[in-house]
Amino acid sequence: MSHENHSGSSRLPEDSVSRREFLVRLGITSVLIAGSGLAAKKLWQPNHFVPGFEKVKGLQLKSYAPEISKVLPSLAIAHGTDHEKTIRAAMAALGGMGRFIQNGDVVMIKPNVAFDRPPALAATTHPDALRAVAKLCFEAGASKVIVADNPINSPTGCFFKSGLTAVASEMNLDLMYPETNSFAPLSLTGEILKEWTFFNTPFKKATKVIGLAPCKDHNLCHASMTTKNWYGLLGGRRNQFHQHIHSIVSDFALMMKPTLVILDGMNVLMSNGPTGGRLSDVKPMNTIVAGTDMIAVDAYGYAHLLERDIAELTYLHKANDRGLGNINWKDTLYKEVTA
Amino acid sequence: MKLKFNPQDLLKLRNVRRVAQVFFFGLFLFFVFVTDLRYLKGYPVSLFLELDPLVSFATAITTHTVYMGLMWSLLLIIPTLLFGRIFCNWICPYGILHHFTGWLLGKRRAEERERIESNRYKKLYSLKYVILIAMIAAAVGGTLQIGWLDPICLFHRSMSTVILPMLNLFFPSSIYVRQYFHVGAWIIGFLLLFLVGMNVLIPRFFCRVLCPLGAFLGTLSSVALWRIDRDTTKCVDCDLCLKGCEGASDPQTQLRKSECFVCFNCIEDCPEDALSFKFLPSLKQEVTAPVVPGRRAFLGTLIGLGFYAFGRTSGASARNYDKKVIRPPGSVEEKDFLDRCIKCDQCIRTCPTNVLQPAWMESGIEGIWTPILDMKLGACDVNCVLCGQVCPTGAIQRITIEEKTGTGPFVKEGPIKLGTAFFDRGRCLPWAMETPCVVCEEVCPVSPKAIFSREVTIIKRDGNPITLRQPYMDPALCIGCGICEHECPVTDEAAIRVTAVGETRSRDRRLLMDGGVTSAVMDLEKRQR
Repeated sequence: MSHENHSGSSRLPEDSVSRREFLVRLGITSVLIAGSGLAAKKLWQPNHFVPGFEKVKGLQLKSYAPEISKVLPSLAIAHGTDHEKTIRAAMAALGGMGRFIQNGDVVMIKPNVAFDRPPALAATTHPDALRAVAKLCFEAGASKVIVADNPINSPTGCFFKSGLTAVASEMNLDLMYPETNSFAPLSLTGEILKEWTFFNTPFKKATKVIGLAPCKDHNLCHASMTTKNWYGLLGGRRNQFHQHIHSIVSDFALMMKPTLVILDGMNVLMSNGPTGGRLSDVKPMNTIVAGTDMIAVDAYGYAHLLERDIAELTYLHKANDRGLGNINWKDTLYKEVTA
Repeated sequence: MKLKFNPQDLLKLRNVRRVAQVFFFGLFLFFVFVTDLRYLKGYPVSLFLELDPLVSFATAITTHTVYMGLMWSLLLIIPTLLFGRIFCNWICPYGILHHFTGWLLGKRRAEERERIESNRYKKLYSLKYVILIAMIAAAVGGTLQIGWLDPICLFHRSMSTVILPMLNLFFPSSIYVRQYFHVGAWIIGFLLLFLVGMNVLIPRFFCRVLCPLGAFLGTLSSVALWRIDRDTTKCVDCDLCLKGCEGASDPQTQLRKSECFVCFNCIEDCPEDALSFKFLPSLKQEVTAPVVPGRRAFLGTLIGLGFYAFGRTSGASARNYDKKVIRPPGSVEEKDFLDRCIKCDQCIRTCPTNVLQPAWMESGIEGIWTPILDMKLGACDVNCVLCGQVCPTGAIQRITIEEKTGTGPFVKEGPIKLGTAFFDRGRCLPWAMETPCVVCEEVCPVSPKAIFSREVTIIKRDGNPITLRQPYMDPALCIGCGICEHECPVTDEAAIRVTAVGETRSRDRRLLMDGGVTSAVMDLEKRQR
């Protein structure tokens, strides 16, 4: 032992390692070994999975429906020639916007802006309708109004050409485009719709939801009104919906429990829907239908605005049979007024 | 080293130039950013392209006209004839990019001697004149190829197809609502990286060696009235004037005016005040014109004419045209398109649906990076004519929505057709797989719809009947917008696909003899009312 000590001290001092350096170097190496071990343990995936079949835990959408009233009507039909006056008349018949919107509410208005069309072609929500509804919301005390849709054509083009961009900037509405990070998975126990990508950002803030839909012919499911309007809240591969279109549209009535829906039947797209394209496809019907039951609203729209036989509109019957609404609108508490 | 601040330094020419550079570079970026439906308003976003005299000169050769705003290029020719290539170091955004990246990556910390050596003129720098000659020869032949290397086209193209999509990738929805994709963008991206990276080896590599616009302006500046003049009685041959010489124009000996970027660094770097920017100095100690050996010029001519001839005789712009060459609405006929398109890809930048893509070989070697529609990535929105609004050369004419859709005063002419959609029944769900669908009919934007369906009841494999609609196409009504292909649920290769045949821009490529306004339309109108 003493011999070794002797030989150690005979070496040059700069060759030897100080205790401090010895501990630091040993420490660094030990931390790296321990760190890589811990990291590997943390990242280790011991089991395989089957790609594409992972369990998705989607969000649940809450109900935005108002309290059920036994005295106030749940359906209002207003006739008139001016968008704002007629919408005001319809809302007055329902008991006023104050019944649905309270002070400080953040209202999400869902228009149908699926295509890049000028307002006159009646393929999209009319800017005058949006302006009137937004105005009523603010009058009732809404702190903010969000407008959002996921169109089929380019989002910026659709909002711009439908005239809704102009209304949004004029009235200081919060226009939300379907951006890359706007979507989240949604879970539902629908007939067909179980898990789907949902346009979620508007609902992070919204306390009330109003559907504001034009009344349109539709090549596959006969009509696009307030129930079909919720299609625009979904993302992903929507073009598969058409394989079970009536089931899917009736599932929308399960998915979304809105505060209110408004069907704009001032100018109705009678043919070549849902895109239209010519003024001759449009017919003035001068009617606004508003209500809390989208199935009842659509039942009125199909029979009296598109003037067709309700028996063929399968999705309304499906929704009615599942208790998601009342297809016999005359059985509900309704009121018909003239602006 | 003195670090004392002298307020007068702010007024040094160097600093005045830097202000101009920041301004013009910022203006360019601003224009690039606002080339979007949401912000476009009336901004002259193609101004730099319109100022570019090589664009107007070369298109004047191919088309014998100067299209609309290209007249602005006169604005740039005049100062060049007076002062020389001030564009290169004061205005050109691509030159400013190389100036800046050259400073950033290059020899700014190197010894004075090394910097001086890197700024001496090299024979290689005459290559740009050969490139220019080849491009002009190709234009005389009948194909416009300046867009490969014209700095404004090149920079706009890099922005549209690489830089902005990259920014959006790192910061989602900062540029586009949804991420844009561009076919073959990586090639354009690596070319940009290569050109920027070359500044490490040779400062201002692109500007000195390759730039055809620089060569064009250099040729013009041989007659410039104001030039750098060296007072030989004061000059002590220290070569310090080369320290910051951007153009490598030999101010220390015989000035090469056509290489001079008029950056004025030499004047400020001269310790003896021997250099000045002078009106009509003696040309005795100058190399007044570009130095290009006649045989090189001849070779350049051969390359240019060869490019034209080899490209044309490959047939891609004639009988052997590719079904994928679906041009934007308002495009002129294919041969004229190749006469006009400068591959700046401004149309691709402004397209709101991402359908416009830089071509690779679809229209032959001549058509590389020209715009074509790829319906997998987007579809042509019917009420949109933005691509024509930003096209500086009229390859896509500045048409109105009424002209595009054949409405208003243009009912008689009918709509502009980009191509025709064809069903592939073997891939179509209702035709081949007993499954309801007709998304194509739903999204078909014309009225009456070009896609229509017939209800049929078929016995399924399991013996049960199913009633569904099977789609058909009316070629008289189809405008080739491609929304059917884009929205088809068979997403890898759609069951309905648009091909170029039937496009109205070319009488040779039409499909129906009566051009589309058929009795079918009239019949349908009667039936529907």
